[in-house]
Amino acid sequence: MPDIAFWNETLLPALNRGLLVSLALIIPAGTLGFLGGVALGCVRVFGPPLLRRLGDGYTALLRGVPLAVQLMMIYYALPKLGIYFEPYGAALTGFILCTAAYQSEYVRGAILSIRHGQVQAALALGFSLREAVFWIIVPQAARCALPGCGNEIIYLIKYSSLAYLVTCMELMGEGKVVASNTFRFTEVFLAVGVYYLALVTIAGFLLRRLEKRFHIPGFGPR
Amino acid sequence: MNARPVLRLEGISKSLGGKRILNACSLTVCRGELKVLIGPSGAGKSTLLQCINCLIQPDEGEIWLDGKLLDRTDDGALCAFRAQVGMIFQDFNLFDHLTAAENVTIALRKVRGFSRARAEERAGEELERVGLANRRHLYPAELSGGQKQRVAIARALAMDPRVILLDEPTSALDPELAGEVLSVIQLLARGGMTMIMATHQMDFARALAHEILFMEKGVIVEQGAPAALLLEGRATRTRDFCAKLADLRANR
Repeated sequence: MPDIAFWNETLLPALNRGLLVSLALIIPAGTLGFLGGVALGCVRVFGPPLLRRLGDGYTALLRGVPLAVQLMMIYYALPKLGIYFEPYGAALTGFILCTAAYQSEYVRGAILSIRHGQVQAALALGFSLREAVFWIIVPQAARCALPGCGNEIIYLIKYSSLAYLVTCMELMGEGKVVASNTFRFTEVFLAVGVYYLALVTIAGFLLRRLEKRFHIPGFGPR
Repeated sequence: MNARPVLRLEGISKSLGGKRILNACSLTVCRGELKVLIGPSGAGKSTLLQCINCLIQPDEGEIWLDGKLLDRTDDGALCAFRAQVGMIFQDFNLFDHLTAAENVTIALRKVRGFSRARAEERAGEELERVGLANRRHLYPAELSGGQKQRVAIARALAMDPRVILLDEPTSALDPELAGEVLSVIQLLARGGMTMIMATHQMDFARALAHEILFMEKGVIVEQGAPAALLLEGRATRTRDFCAKLADLRANR
């Protein structure tokens, strides 16, 4: 028999609290990470050589080090340099920086798949390279990259659970506290799993809507 | 005809990967003139056209537009120059994420600074001129090759170019579609538009060109009025090449 009182009075209120914090991490991190990824991707393809190399280095570093380690560095190491973060701020910063690095790779791939003629045509009309990238390349690359970028957002939803490592009490953190206090690990983490599954399902639905909304004949499925 | 030079090139050279693609090419185009570049593939026709508006930066040489020397190191001057020199590509290069009308308006708005309404009005006029007023809301993927090239022409015309460079505008099209594009170009030529066109359409060149330039191995080897170069019995490289083209067509 499930313990209704435990679910209603302890577990669900805690998880709902955590859910709000998770959303407050995922939505800004997803949005800013995507925009950052587009900017970084453009710099890595069209930027001056020095910036290009910096962008590549940044991506290599952030993709090469586990996110858990990055969060630890932001939360525990940066204060030694005089930079302090709240747990929420540390988690959000870590997610934005990390997701932007991954997104830039999807965007870079999309940019490389765009025919060079598109830039040439824009330049031939008198656009500067920056204008050509902004008005012609980005709108096309963003559309091509959308499925991949959506995939990264799905990942983000799940790796947002690492925020509890820096004591940011989101879904996973709240669940862990309830579980440790009550020793009901199975029920708690089953419920946590269902919450994440629901989040990912809704995100998948929204991303498909987004793809449809921005669909243009000649891009993606006909 | 008004013999004022619109565009003048002097000694344009370009090497790519240690190979000389263009060797000291010079030419002058006067207002209302149509010059046709012909020659075998790999002769440098495309490279020459792309050097004219510096999509490929020439290694040497100078370019004048309306008597004004272009400073190729000045990005602002280069953009302003390109905005006055239209370019038509072999593979159209329409902006794939924009409708026909938006393809025309985007440069008007972002480069020329037109308001949306004014740009749309102008786009309507130019699409009308190439016979595509009823296709304005379609995306490039929904247009035929000939229609795409006509939109590309409308896009170039909307910028009020001093001269238009056409890089084999019909080579990617079947004869019927090529015909619809050629008739638009013919209309422009008759209307006094200044143009330099690389093509293999000899009938077109013969009928409309003021001058034919024959290129081979990066050098303009012959130039002259079509009647002179293609005269029966004249032993010109141009005539030789055209005879081969005609043979090919006959054998097909």
